[in-house]
Amino acid sequence: MSQDFRLDNIGMVNRNKKISFTFNGKKYFGYEGDTIASALIANGVHLVGRSFKYHRPRGFFGVGVDEPYAILQLERNNERDPNIRATEQEIFEGLEVKSVNCWPSVNFDIGAINNFLKMFFPAGFYYKTFMWPPSFWYKIYEPFIRMAAGFGEASIKHDKERYEHKYEYCDLLITGSGPSGLASAYAAAKNGARVILAEDKPRYGGSLLTSDVNIGNQTGAEWSEKIITELKSMSNVIVKNRSQVFGYYDHNMLVMSERISDHLPKTQKYLPKQRLWYIRAKEVLISSGSIERPLVFGNNDTPGVMLSSAAKEYMKVYGVLVGKKPLIFTNNDSGYETAIEFKKNGVNPLILDTRKEPSSDIISEAKNLGIEIKFSHVVVAAKGYKKVKSADIAKISDNKKDLSNIENIKCDCICVSGFWTPSIHLASQSGNKSEFNEKIDAFIPKKSKQKENTIGSANGKFTLEETINEAFDKGYEVSNKITENNNKVSIPTVVEKKSTEHDKFWCVPLPKGKSYKRFLDFQNDVAVSDIELALREGFRSIEHVKRYTTLGMATDQGKTSNLNGLQLVSDIENKVVPQVGHTTFRPPYTPVSIGAIVGREVGKHSKPTRKSPMHEWHEKNNAVFVDAGVWLRPRYYKQGNETLFEASKREAKNVRKNVGVCDVTTLGKIDVKGPDAAEFLNRVYTNAWLKLPVGKARYGVMLREDGIVMDDGTTTRISENHYHMTTTTAQAANVLSHLEYYLQLVWPELNVNVVSTTEQWAGAAIAGPNSRALLMKLFPNTDVSNEGLPFMGYKEADLFGIPAKIYRISFSGELAYEVNVESDYGNFMWEKIIEVGKEFQIQPYGTEALSTLRIEMGHVAGSELDGRTIPHDASLEGLVSKKKDFIGKRSLSRSAFTKSDREKIVGVVPLDKTTSIPEGSYIVKDPKAKLPNPKLGHVSASCWSVEYDNPFSLAIIKDGKNMIGQKLFAMSPLKNKTIPVEIVSSHYVDPEGKRVRA
Amino acid sequence: MLYIFCPHCGSRSQNEFAYGGDATVKRPELNKEISDQEWNNFVYLRKSPRGKHLELWHHISGCRQWIKVERDTSTHEIFKTYKADELTE
Repeated sequence: MSQDFRLDNIGMVNRNKKISFTFNGKKYFGYEGDTIASALIANGVHLVGRSFKYHRPRGFFGVGVDEPYAILQLERNNERDPNIRATEQEIFEGLEVKSVNCWPSVNFDIGAINNFLKMFFPAGFYYKTFMWPPSFWYKIYEPFIRMAAGFGEASIKHDKERYEHKYEYCDLLITGSGPSGLASAYAAAKNGARVILAEDKPRYGGSLLTSDVNIGNQTGAEWSEKIITELKSMSNVIVKNRSQVFGYYDHNMLVMSERISDHLPKTQKYLPKQRLWYIRAKEVLISSGSIERPLVFGNNDTPGVMLSSAAKEYMKVYGVLVGKKPLIFTNNDSGYETAIEFKKNGVNPLILDTRKEPSSDIISEAKNLGIEIKFSHVVVAAKGYKKVKSADIAKISDNKKDLSNIENIKCDCICVSGFWTPSIHLASQSGNKSEFNEKIDAFIPKKSKQKENTIGSANGKFTLEETINEAFDKGYEVSNKITENNNKVSIPTVVEKKSTEHDKFWCVPLPKGKSYKRFLDFQNDVAVSDIELALREGFRSIEHVKRYTTLGMATDQGKTSNLNGLQLVSDIENKVVPQVGHTTFRPPYTPVSIGAIVGREVGKHSKPTRKSPMHEWHEKNNAVFVDAGVWLRPRYYKQGNETLFEASKREAKNVRKNVGVCDVTTLGKIDVKGPDAAEFLNRVYTNAWLKLPVGKARYGVMLREDGIVMDDGTTTRISENHYHMTTTTAQAANVLSHLEYYLQLVWPELNVNVVSTTEQWAGAAIAGPNSRALLMKLFPNTDVSNEGLPFMGYKEADLFGIPAKIYRISFSGELAYEVNVESDYGNFMWEKIIEVGKEFQIQPYGTEALSTLRIEMGHVAGSELDGRTIPHDASLEGLVSKKKDFIGKRSLSRSAFTKSDREKIVGVVPLDKTTSIPEGSYIVKDPKAKLPNPKLGHVSASCWSVEYDNPFSLAIIKDGKNMIGQKLFAMSPLKNKTIPVEIVSSHYVDPEGKRVRA
Repeated sequence: MLYIFCPHCGSRSQNEFAYGGDATVKRPELNKEISDQEWNNFVYLRKSPRGKHLELWHHISGCRQWIKVERDTSTHEIFKTYKADELTE
């Protein structure tokens, strides 16, 4: 296949390596280094998509990040990657891309009917049309809009690619490797600064790759090659291509997305697809350059109409002609550079210059080359549907209002240049309020808010000499501030052609009797008439105009449309652009993959996984695990074909009948040490702690200052000034922060230290009537009798040579002990307990059985202490001291907390003794009452009581203490169940607590 | 992401810290008789100034010290940081 538009002797692509790819199923080839855009243009393909609203044909408009048209969908390894800019995506062998927003094909697109109905799709069309009737919204309007919305389809499958995050610190981050970026990086690096230089394109050099200039007796491209090679060899410099700095955040944190293997055929195993860099820079130099502005005329969105700088770059970098009969439409000298490049490559362009009689070096050169130029001329409208075929051109009057001598001339592309817009996005994101510069008709950064400076054409400096001098100076100045070195490099001499002033004219008036669409925003199909309409309808603020018309709101975020939009609004309003102001620039500058933002924190890696030292044993013994915060805990140990229900019942029964062992390593443990430890605990917990003797444990409840229960647990006095506190698994971290807060900020006079010891101890709860017999065998040399180790007692003992701590505490309500050993011995302890416990019919039990046991005992846990309950509600008021003060005490005397019919915990049993009550059910008096049915409270936890062999639940209901014995109803609208129930005491089993003291 | 100077550890990224709210709130002394209104003010009432604000941050993934940070709530500029027991200006 021949490439009709490929030039032989120009460009930087690798002609030795042919690469084939498919576009909409058809095979094409290009060369290594081509983008999809350059390769398709080389093959004469210009129709690549359809516009968002009117489905008008779309070609290529730019050559980089500003591209509003050529948004394609990439498919590889059966995965879809939407929103790919054809001007940025490099081709690789086997690449498959296709057009979006068209059906059935880009050539014949049914949606294009919108183009003929465009009078029905004015600005604000959605707001006006989809209002009535309301019932149409879900079934008709929304599905329709959803179908019409968006460019391409995101993959719904799991993304198997790898994305990474990296944190980096540097003295100086430079965003863009054009002349100002290279020069400043070089000056700063030579002065000892740690520099990161980021370039979004594959090639370094920016405008130097395409300008006809000379720096230090070298061409621009040669000079940039030399500088970049030297920078790469320096150890204090990181140079990154294909890397877009897209966000400028607080305190000089910038985020950059590096495309590592997007341009490679197949992701290599250990190579991530993209890497997100979080860069904290002491100083930032923004050298992001500028983007050429379009000129606005009729049908200026036709494929073949493109930026003149893009046409030049396609020739000089890719060796590709965008057309063979080009029309150059310009209001400044830049268009001439493109024309000269065409001429040099054997193509005769025609220049239409809006200016009357400008003169400059470049214009003279064009004249000398014999290029045809028409001054005071404009393009009125492009002709041709899927590709430019000709153009209506006209002479324009000196006041730029009247057209004359309209004639049609043949052409196959129209290269437009409406002067340059500095890319001030990053500076603006950092908080820099920009100012309007009359000379260039654009905004440039004003006063730095953060440690940032903008240089080069991003700062409105459009001559190379100015840019190079400023950049060398800035690079030195900024690095000198940081490194205090004084190594100044000499600034090379610059030779460039002098250009003259541009014309402020940017929008061609409509000829009489014509109603051509003149587009401002190419991606969202916003035309001049839409903005006019919005203003007629009363929209004034530019932010409102933007949202009403969607000007600048597409994925290109108005990179080519913003300023022309502002110009138009200010023209209509008889204002100047700075009065209109501009909309806010927000990150990201270019679209970023969600995958890159998420990085590797997906699935299992979204949070750390904590495992107890006995985890492997659980795994080997068929444990089914459950997430408890970040911990993995055995939920039950499956035997044969048991269900969760059967297994947990068996395990709980065995605790009540024989003995069970449960891994309680996950409980939070905090060492509280110091001479004032007792006083501190006395202030933290609601009950009294000053008289707890050494070797004794006590259950305690701690509140927040608002009186709500924060956590509960037992704390044991290990020695005079040493306490071992336990917390619930979920609240461990919060409790530690809470204690530190009071010790460091509120009562710094208390001599107490706290430290987490959760990781240091492995814990096993041994519970059941046989537990003492088992303990006697585990610790034959220790007196574990009821007298030797009474309820709430504590002893240190020897477990087959291992130091262990025994706490006689119980969550299950049975005679129970918790044995702790250092974590490394956890598995040894566990295996010994299982081995020795065999003769007592020991079985391990998981969290499900643990819940059953505590629920039927009426012991509260997280589902009752849910951030809404005070001690009274959980029947813990007996633990609230009346004598001393503690955190949150004052709140308990507030009227809402002392009401006589305050909610209280109760037990709930279904009357039929068989129907389980769903957790979260409401308790009501009359299930048939009118809605909203007044609810008395809710069911907080449910289980199957193994003691009585029927369902049992806990509920927190209004006036709970006076409800016992009443027949009420549990209603679950979610499960559509209404269950007649009886309210009983929450202490369903062993209400006197005899077993724990046995 | 903020860059916070911890007086114990040096400058660290915000993701090492947890926010702790208004640092000017003073807890009423223990065992002191106070009105519902005063207590209510202490538990619930917080100023939310636009501009300079003295706030608490907990260096939770670092030294675990609570520190006081003087920060502008609209620009995020940090003027000064203090140790928990240091007197603020």
